[in-house]
Amino acid sequence: MLDKPSFSLNGDYYSSRFSQLGKGEGDTLVLNLGPQHPSTHGVLRVIVELDGEYVLRAEPVLGYIHRMHEKMAEVKTYIQYLPNMGRVDYLHALAWNWAYVGAVEKLMGLEVPARAEYIRVITCELNRICSHLLWWGAYVLDLGGFTPILYAFDDREILMDILQIPTGSRLTYCYYRFGGVSADLTETFLTQTRNFIERFKTRIPMYHDLVTGNMILRGRCEDIGALPVEMARRYGATGPVLRGSGVAYDVRRFEPYSVYDKFDFDIPVGKNGDAMDRYDVRMAEMEQSVRIIEQALNSMPDGPFVNPDVPDRILPPAGETYFAVEGARGKIGVYLVSDGTAKPYRLKLRAPGYSNLHVFAELAQGTILADAVSILGSLDLVIPEIDR
Amino acid sequence: MTTIQKTLKGLWSLIVGLKVTGKEFCKPWITVHYPRQEVTNLESYRGHIDLVPRPDEPKKPLCIVCKRCEEVCPSGCIRVEGHVPGEQTGEARQLLLISNVPLPNSAARDPICAADKTLRVLDGFTLNYNYCSLCGLCVQCCPVSSLTFSSDVYLAGGSRRDFEYDLLRRLKNRKIKV
Amino acid sequence: MTQLLQLFANPLVYLLVALIAILTFIALNGLILVYVERKVAGFIQRRPGPFEVGPHGLLQPLADALKLVGKQLVVPRDADRILFWAAPLLSFAPVAVCLLPIPFGPHLVGLNVNLGVLLVLAFSGLNVLALCLAGWGSNNKYALLGAARAVAQSVAYEIPLLLSVLCVAFTSGSLNFAEITASQTHGLLSWNVFTQPVAFLIFFVSALAETNRAPFDLPEAESELTAGFHTEYSGMGFGLFFLAEYSYMIVVCAVASVLFLGGWSGPFLSGHWWMLGKIYALILAMMWFRWTYPRVRFDQLLNLCWKWLIPLSLINLMATALIINLVR
Repeated sequence: MLDKPSFSLNGDYYSSRFSQLGKGEGDTLVLNLGPQHPSTHGVLRVIVELDGEYVLRAEPVLGYIHRMHEKMAEVKTYIQYLPNMGRVDYLHALAWNWAYVGAVEKLMGLEVPARAEYIRVITCELNRICSHLLWWGAYVLDLGGFTPILYAFDDREILMDILQIPTGSRLTYCYYRFGGVSADLTETFLTQTRNFIERFKTRIPMYHDLVTGNMILRGRCEDIGALPVEMARRYGATGPVLRGSGVAYDVRRFEPYSVYDKFDFDIPVGKNGDAMDRYDVRMAEMEQSVRIIEQALNSMPDGPFVNPDVPDRILPPAGETYFAVEGARGKIGVYLVSDGTAKPYRLKLRAPGYSNLHVFAELAQGTILADAVSILGSLDLVIPEIDR
Repeated sequence: MTTIQKTLKGLWSLIVGLKVTGKEFCKPWITVHYPRQEVTNLESYRGHIDLVPRPDEPKKPLCIVCKRCEEVCPSGCIRVEGHVPGEQTGEARQLLLISNVPLPNSAARDPICAADKTLRVLDGFTLNYNYCSLCGLCVQCCPVSSLTFSSDVYLAGGSRRDFEYDLLRRLKNRKIKV
Repeated sequence: MTQLLQLFANPLVYLLVALIAILTFIALNGLILVYVERKVAGFIQRRPGPFEVGPHGLLQPLADALKLVGKQLVVPRDADRILFWAAPLLSFAPVAVCLLPIPFGPHLVGLNVNLGVLLVLAFSGLNVLALCLAGWGSNNKYALLGAARAVAQSVAYEIPLLLSVLCVAFTSGSLNFAEITASQTHGLLSWNVFTQPVAFLIFFVSALAETNRAPFDLPEAESELTAGFHTEYSGMGFGLFFLAEYSYMIVVCAVASVLFLGGWSGPFLSGHWWMLGKIYALILAMMWFRWTYPRVRFDQLLNLCWKWLIPLSLINLMATALIINLVR
C-alpha cells in the first residue's frame, strides 16, 4: 500500500498532523467529517479521532468558504460594501445589515427616523424567525427526521414572500441604508405580516407536538453536550448557545440599540446548557420575536423611512467605532476604523458562529459520534459567517 | 414507577407525532407545481435592472449618462456610454433636454447634473448580470429614476454571454403595452 | 395440458416456477414500493412527489432503475473486489428463499414445509453478513462504521424477534406458516394480534430494526455516516442493496401478517388479496414511521433491545407458556 505514491492514506496536511498528535495507543480511527458531509451544513470540516464510536478528539478545520469580506471593505466605498453584509450570514442577513449600517451611523452621528427604526425591528425579527425555522428543520434533519424541515420551509416561504415585498430579495437582503431603509413598508406587507403571525401561533404547537415532545428527539438532545457557563465565557459563546446555559445575555436588552428598549419581551434561558436547552431557547425566541413584531406593528409611527439629510457621499470622520446587534446566532459586532476617506480603513466583523463553533471541540470529547452530530447541529452554525 | 410513567408518556408522544404527519398527509399540496403553475408574487421581486423609457418616447431612455450607477456599483458590472451631441438646434435640442423631468433633491444639489441639464445621449448601457449582486444601489442613486428592476426570474442560459445584457437594446425591443 | 399439469406435480419444477414467480413479484414490488414510498413522503410533506415521468410519475421508478442499470460499476481503489461485489448479491439472494414458505392464499404457497418460520428467520439472518462484507470490502471508514452498527443491531434484534415468533408458535403449536394461518381463520378475534398483542409490537419494532428502516436506520445513518455501509456503491451495486431493503420489508411484513394478522384469512375477497392488503398496510405504517420520527442513537437502540424488548418478550413467552399449560 505504501508503494503507491500518488495517494496517501495518511491524509492531507491537517489530518496527518492530527493523527501524529494522537496518543498512539493503537485502535483509534481518524475520521474526516466534511467539508462535504451532510451534517456539517456547508463546508465545515471536522477531523475526529474515534475509538469505536466514541469521539476522543474533534477539531474543526476552517476556511473553506473564506471570501475576504473584511479585506473587501478596505477597497470599497462605504455604500458599496452594503451588499456584502447580506452574504456574511445569509440566514440572518438583516442583522448583519444592521450591524454595519449602525456602525457607520454611529461614526457619522446620523439620525435614524423613528419609523425606520420600527421597520428595522420588524424586518429583523421576521428574519430571525426565518433563521430559527431553518435551524429547527436542519437540526431535526441532522437527527434523522426528514419531514420537519419541509414544514419549517412552509412557514419560511411565507416569511420570505413577506420580506420580499420591501427588500426585493429572498435571502441575501441588502435593505438597510445609512439613516434608514431603502423602501417603506406597504399595506400588503403589514396585512401579510399580521396574517403570518396568526398562522404562526397555530404552527408552533404543531412543531412542539411533532418534534419537541418526541421521545426519540428528547433522547437525542437531553443531557447531550452540556455547556457550563464558565466554558461558554471562556470561548466567548453568545446568543442561544450562551442563553441555553442559563445566562440571560441578550444585546437587545443589555446594550439596547435602536428602539428595542420600548418593547416588552422575555429573554428565554435554559438550565443545563445541553442541546435540549439550546433547542428550547430558540423555540421560545421565535415566540418572543412574534411578540416584538406585534408590539412594533401596533405602535408604528409615521414619518420618513430614511433620513433625508444623509449626504450622497458617505465620508465618516476619522475615528473608530464598535456597534453590536443581536443576531440569530449571537452577538454580531462590527468594528470600524475610518481615516476620513471614502473607504473604511479597517473593518472587523465579529461573527458569533466563530466563537460558538469552538465550543464544539471541547463538548464533543468523549461523546459518541451521533451525539457529536447532535451537538454540532445544536450550535446552529452558518459556515459562511464563521469563515467570512 | 417514574420510569414507566416516562416511558408511557414517551410512547404517547410517538403517537402524537404520527397524528401530526397523518393529518398533513390528508391536506393538499402547498408547493407551486412549477411548469403548470407559477408563483404570483413576482411584482415585488427585484431582478436585474432595466432602463425606464421616457413617458413620451417609449423607445428612448430617461438616462442622462451621469454614470453614477457605474460608479456606485459594488461589482462594477454596469457600463454606460454616451456622447454629447454636436451642434443641434431647435426642436432636436429641445428633445434631448429632459428638464421637463423633475430631478430629485439630491440631484439638484449635485453640480454636475444641475449645471449642464444633460445634453448627453446614451449610446450603450450594458449590464453584466453574472457579477450583479442585486443590491439595488444603482436604482437608488439614479437622479432621474431611469433604472428599475425587472421581475425576470426565469433565467437560463448556455453561457455567460447570455447574461451580458444590452439594456438599451432591450428597451428598444420591448413591446409597448397598449 | 395434462402433461403440463403432471410437470407441475414434479416438486422440483414447482419450486422453480415458484422461485421465478417470487422473483418477479419482488422486482415488481420493488418498483411499486419505491413509488409508494416517494409518494407517501411527498404527501406527508405536502408536495406532489414524483410527477413528471409518466402520468403522476408512475414510470419514475422504472426510469430510476434504468439509470441504475446503465451506470458504470465502480470499485474503489484498495477495496476487496470479490467481497465488494459479493455483498450486494448476498444481500439480495436470500430474499427469494424467504418468501418461498409464506402462504399467499389457501393454496398459493411455494414450499409448504413444517419449519417454514425457521427457514425464513435463518435466511433473513444472512442479510447482516452482506452488510458486514459491504462495509469491510469497500475500504471506507464510514462503511466500516456502518457495518459495525449493522452487525450489532441485527444480532441484538434477532433475539426479541425470535422470542416473539416463539410465542405465536406456542399458541398455534406449529412452525408451519400454513397451519399458523389456519389457526387464525375463525373470525377477527382469532387473529394472533389480539391474543398476543405484546408479541406483535415487539415483532414489529424488531422487524423495523432488522430491515434498517427509520427510526432504526443506523447502518446507513445519512447525517452521521453519509450513507453507511453502501457509501461506496453506485449503479447496480447500490440498486441491489436498495431492492434488498424493500424486499426485506415485504418479507417481514408478510411474516407479520401471517403470524399475527391472520394471513390470507378474510371475508368476501380471495385470500391473496387479503394477504397483499395486510402486507401493504404494514409497509405503509413503516413508511409513516420513517417520515415522522428522528433517528434513535446507537446505544439507545441497543438499550431498547437489551433492556426492554428482550426482558419483555421473555416475560411474554413465559406467560404464554404458563397460560397454555393451565388451559390444557
